[in-house]
Amino acid sequence: MAVILVLAEHRQGQLRDITFEMLTKAHELSGRVGAEVVSVVLGKDIKNIASVLAEYSNRVLLVEDARLEHFNSDLYQAGLSRIIREQRPLLTIIGHTSYGIELAPRLAAALNIPLATDCIDLAFENGSLKVTRQMYGGKVNVKAVLHKSETYMVTVRQGSFTAQKPSPPLSGKIEELSLPPEGIALKKRFIEYVPPPPGGVDITSANIIVAVGRGIKDKNNIPVVEELAKSLGGVLACTRPVVDKGWLPSDRQVGISGRTVKPKLYIALGISGAFQHILGMKNSEIIISVNKDPKAPIFGFSDYGVVDDLFKIIPALKSKIDEIKAKKT
Amino acid sequence: MDIIVCVKHVPDTAEAEIKIDTSGKDIEKRGLVFDINEWDDYAVEEAVRIKEKLGGTVTVVTVGPEDADSTLRKCLARGADKAIRITDPKIYGSDAYVIAKMLYSVIKNMHFDLILAGAQTSDDGSAVVGPVLAELLGIPHATLVKKIEFRDGKAVVKRELEGGFEEVLEVDLPALFTIQTGINEPRYVSIMAIRRAMQREIKVMTLMDIGLDEKEVGEAGSWLRIESLFIPPAEKKVEFISGRPDEIASKIIEILERRGLV
Repeated sequence: MAVILVLAEHRQGQLRDITFEMLTKAHELSGRVGAEVVSVVLGKDIKNIASVLAEYSNRVLLVEDARLEHFNSDLYQAGLSRIIREQRPLLTIIGHTSYGIELAPRLAAALNIPLATDCIDLAFENGSLKVTRQMYGGKVNVKAVLHKSETYMVTVRQGSFTAQKPSPPLSGKIEELSLPPEGIALKKRFIEYVPPPPGGVDITSANIIVAVGRGIKDKNNIPVVEELAKSLGGVLACTRPVVDKGWLPSDRQVGISGRTVKPKLYIALGISGAFQHILGMKNSEIIISVNKDPKAPIFGFSDYGVVDDLFKIIPALKSKIDEIKAKKT
Repeated sequence: MDIIVCVKHVPDTAEAEIKIDTSGKDIEKRGLVFDINEWDDYAVEEAVRIKEKLGGTVTVVTVGPEDADSTLRKCLARGADKAIRITDPKIYGSDAYVIAKMLYSVIKNMHFDLILAGAQTSDDGSAVVGPVLAELLGIPHATLVKKIEFRDGKAVVKRELEGGFEEVLEVDLPALFTIQTGINEPRYVSIMAIRRAMQREIKVMTLMDIGLDEKEVGEAGSWLRIESLFIPPAEKKVEFISGRPDEIASKIIEILERRGLV
């Protein structure tokens, strides 16, 4: 039977959400092409993780080794190369995460397997694998086809598929495999994790967030927005480029590499809506966006949109709020 | 330390409105401003900083048409010593895998201690070129790098993970690192410096020069072939608010009041 292989992603003893998203998509595809869904998990002391995966998979390939205590793409590549050669999967699915980005392109090149990265959808059509991915910071979607092959590899974007547990749960057989015992000369070694620095502001607990992106143009424009956020009783947050430029500290960053927030109100000012940011804020209750580009992707995730110059809207909004406050006191 | 930096000349689309062209397989590039890919900009700056500290050379390499020379000149103005551009009419339709193969064909004959590349490009964003190039060269790599230090002839790098976490790795040299934005603050390049760079030589190489067959490039040599482009469907039905700024502000306040948010 054909195999769809899913690489389970876990960190510090926890399976990551992307794993369940990939497994859900794998089951959907497997129904169409008559394949079984096989999870592969590598690590140290991870039998409990394997038994969780068994409920989501037709089979689980478990590779336990002391050398796999921390993620290292070189060791993963050694382990997965052997597994892919033996299992000959129709498709290998890996997360487009900090781990998948490190691992998948090099693994695909080593095994000469066509790869599409950062996919948001996958489909088999007449034996070809077709994918949907994004270009230009999420402003355009692309349908692309992989070079015809007997085995394909993809990395998929976090949050692209809604995770569902098979009902009733499966009870996939757990097969224990081993890493190639020797001959993996490690040229890179894990030293340590660095947790985020304890921040002064916890944006995740705010009810109201006013966030700025590239459109804010200059560090000197930040204080006006901070004033607006304060008068609304909220906090100021931002996108990655604002942190990269050193205009705000990283504890203010909303998105995959920053914080995930779910406030009652999210006002996005001059934010185009790269998916890295969207995934960190799309579940806010109300989203109001101001951007001068009417086609900015952020509008596709907003309840209300304003196509205008944010430097005109900010003072207008601030003075209205101050008016209301003056009346109340 | 001899450093090679892989760069790409891309349209700046961060704040531009995008249209799909008549072929349906590309965006309309006319009217867009082209510049160095943002991630590569940080990579070049990092390379120049390392050179300033430890000595050595910085060579920038790109794959692209003649227009890409302006990106190479910007790198030279910033402090790179040499620039190479790979180009050929036959490379149209090449994906990131092919770009990596072309870079490999040139770089394998060069001396280097370190290769830097942007973690991804702002156009197709595949994050593939760096790690594939490292595999072809048989050297270790690390992606999404936010800090590089050197200790006892090895590199110690910080990689960005999700949720504000990072990990520290020790990597043997020579190595390839893909650079995440924010690793440094790219210096301002003066118009004078760019003018001076106009006189510098850019080495141009074709497929024949780098010894690649045309079957290995273009769509034939690619993993991925684009079939069509389309504008992403909206997840939410947005209600647009229009009017003068004060009218817009009043309407926003109304929405907030209805929900008890002011």
